Amino acid sequence: MYEFKLPDPGEGLTEAEIVSWKVAVGDTVAVNDVLLEIETSKSLVELPSPYAGVVAELLVAEGDLVPIGTPIIRIAEFDEPIAGDDSDSVQAVSGPVEDAPVNDGDRYFGSPEDGASASPVNDGDRYFGSPQDAGDGDAPHAPAPAPAQPSAMLVGYGAKPGAVARRARRGGGVVAVPETDQVQEAYDTDKPVSRHTDDVTPSEKLEDEASGEHLPPPGRPPTAGPGNGRPKAKPAVRRVARDLGVDLGMIAGTGPDGLITAEDVVAAASGGTQAPAGDQRLPLRGIRREMFRSMTASLAVPQATAMIEADVSGTVQLLDTLKKRREFDGLRVSPLLVFARAACLAISRIPEINAGYDADADEIVLHGAVNLGIAAATPRGLLVPNIKNAERMNLTQLAEALNAMVAVAREGRVQPYDLANGTFTITNIGVFGVDGGTPILSPGESAIMCLGTIRRKPWVVGSGEDERIEPRSVCTVSLTFDHRIVDGEMASRFLAEVAAIMSNPGLALMF
Amino acid sequence: MIEPEAGPDFVQLLDAGGNRVERTDFSCTAPDVELATDLRDMVLTRRIDSEATALQRKGELGLWPPSLGQEAAQIGSARVLRDPDVIVPSYREHGVAWCAGIDPLDLLTTFRGTGMTDWPSRPDTFHPYSFVIGAQTLHAVGMAMALQRDGLVGNDDAATNGAVVVYFGDGATSQGDVNEAFLFAASYAAPVVFFCQNNQYAISEPIELQSRIPLYRRAAGYGFPGVRVDGNDVLAVRAVTEWALDRARRGDGPVLIEAYTYRMGAHTTSDDPTKYRQNEELDAWRAKDPIARLRAYLERAGAIDQAWTDALDAEAEALAVRLREGCVRLPEPELSDFFTQAYADTPELLLAQRDAHQAYEAAFEEPR
Repeated sequence: MYEFKLPDPGEGLTEAEIVSWKVAVGDTVAVNDVLLEIETSKSLVELPSPYAGVVAELLVAEGDLVPIGTPIIRIAEFDEPIAGDDSDSVQAVSGPVEDAPVNDGDRYFGSPEDGASASPVNDGDRYFGSPQDAGDGDAPHAPAPAPAQPSAMLVGYGAKPGAVARRARRGGGVVAVPETDQVQEAYDTDKPVSRHTDDVTPSEKLEDEASGEHLPPPGRPPTAGPGNGRPKAKPAVRRVARDLGVDLGMIAGTGPDGLITAEDVVAAASGGTQAPAGDQRLPLRGIRREMFRSMTASLAVPQATAMIEADVSGTVQLLDTLKKRREFDGLRVSPLLVFARAACLAISRIPEINAGYDADADEIVLHGAVNLGIAAATPRGLLVPNIKNAERMNLTQLAEALNAMVAVAREGRVQPYDLANGTFTITNIGVFGVDGGTPILSPGESAIMCLGTIRRKPWVVGSGEDERIEPRSVCTVSLTFDHRIVDGEMASRFLAEVAAIMSNPGLALMF
Repeated sequence: MIEPEAGPDFVQLLDAGGNRVERTDFSCTAPDVELATDLRDMVLTRRIDSEATALQRKGELGLWPPSLGQEAAQIGSARVLRDPDVIVPSYREHGVAWCAGIDPLDLLTTFRGTGMTDWPSRPDTFHPYSFVIGAQTLHAVGMAMALQRDGLVGNDDAATNGAVVVYFGDGATSQGDVNEAFLFAASYAAPVVFFCQNNQYAISEPIELQSRIPLYRRAAGYGFPGVRVDGNDVLAVRAVTEWALDRARRGDGPVLIEAYTYRMGAHTTSDDPTKYRQNEELDAWRAKDPIARLRAYLERAGAIDQAWTDALDAEAEALAVRLREGCVRLPEPELSDFFTQAYADTPELLLAQRDAHQAYEAAFEEPR
């Protein structure tokens, strides 16, 4: 019985997702037949079989996230009963290596078969003959005989199990103290200043791995294909449904890809517990999984939300002026642009808004740069690309950066670099026509500002005798903040500063 | 915009359909029987490559850079080399290594982490694989200048002359090293052939983003000829490389050959090319496959028949089995060998360190 452990198909990966099995129990497989497809944070790859035999057991299921090195499949030798569990017999394949063909350069020059139509031209003085051409044709470099203890460790599996344990020092005997020990003593430290070579520390999981949706997924038809609305079932099952008077449209299939099975139909006919028809199950993959994870992680942070309703008429006027200026030719100029600039200015007064918590050092980090994230609904899903060093940009530069980012996001070409190291986020749900909301934090950031839609509303202006109601452009702005870092006063002051600039952009001159 | 694969500047002697193309400037004089051996080399190289890729996927190799699709560029250029030419490869030249007589199992040791690049079957004239992008071009120019100083260039007896051929990719041309190498080679008229396999991508970066002009035209700026050859046409690669080598050996200086080809596989086994290129593009290049066109030509010419092809397939399969079985039996390296593999004459200091290391190792009990 062979057991195939999940290898690291990239470099230094720690886990992979089982996307689909290409074999089933009982299937006969040859060496290099594709067994399954897996997806890592780097790529989607097919894994070929190292063994020939009969599939005895699939040890992991599709959709599982599996650590590298986990046994994933058992393959029985042809004459082996599948029921037996003899997993300790995994061994390297052995064979007569010496008899196999070797690269002897030009010695094979010509056809592999003497006398074939292209007879070999053995001009022995040609360059690049085998280093041992003069020999009798034995392998120039037959591999050494198999090591006494065949390597049980595959290269792509990280640390060799058990190798971490140090061997005991032999008793007695005069041994020169290695230099590393001397250094260690000189520095009076308990920690080794160098490590024994097989004293391996397994690498940690890397954060911020590049991730993203693939271009055309090779050979994987979309699960919910161009639906013709017809429930998926084989003809025989349709017949059963017709006989039993069951509407297939009311049944949620339990077969692969939602296929309705005969059992499903019978269960439905007998009034058995029916799964609600039309349920669609979406796998948590790629960006969707990322959103799921980051939003779940966000809930670990105690957060609160404050709101302000701001008169942004001044900004609306400013935008009209800007749109006519040559510097903004070809650029989309929107209230978001002024909000972004206003936020950067307000952050310069309340730096805690643009901060994070460094758990390792147990310190709050007030970021020097504002890497301004803009939550974007892209074809790939929710993404928050950020503009690096937004605080250093004037309005024109910021407009260019925003326009470039929107274009990239719209084409679905956002790069991992654009997604990494954000420090503050703006989410503009106003574009969907809603008045406001209470966003939750992007992990690692201390605040997120949410913009509602800008509406013409009655607004009380003036005071005393002069008090009157005027139609104004009004917008609700909310700020969700990490209450461990930002208190209510800071949040309120930040919102008030932003609202003041939006109402009267000239105030920006005071920053 | 000039079509990259058309016009007189694109040297092609065998089109994608396997038909010979006549030209006045370059021609391939190799007889069909010799071209049949090229086909064999290309098929076996492809089999080595696919088996190594599979071995990586099974966890037996840490990494593998596939050469799929670049066989004609590699075999065609390697087969026109002779003593005392020197080969300086990058890390994807499995076909060149094959032609140089290197046991493919030796290649695997590097990617399994059981060997240094000092492969037992490596002849002195084949430099170890270089993994630092483009750095080997500078080494190659130095070796070419050494050939000059050894009196192995420009002699009346052409058979005694040699040249260096250095392999690199389109991505490497963006490196400072490569441009320095061009400059030095031009200034010293060094006998070096810069063999650039333009496989269209520097990992994921398409060549259009790296160069405003076709790569072969860069040579003019340094003052030596540049030629763009169909890298999927083994006949054209042979002809152009032979011409460039003769020129270099004569003492007429360097040539840049841009072998226009396509990496049909991933950059390495860690890479997923579906993320940055479309299937249509791959299909278009598959139609220009170097092996298919040569096979079609040779079959029509009657140089090979079904029996020949069957025998070759069997040979390729046996080679794959040998790699598969040999890979897992590659011996683990001894750390103490490490001390003596960097220098021809190991310095005293390193020998002392090796002895100290061995004494240290001996101070432990046997592993249980």
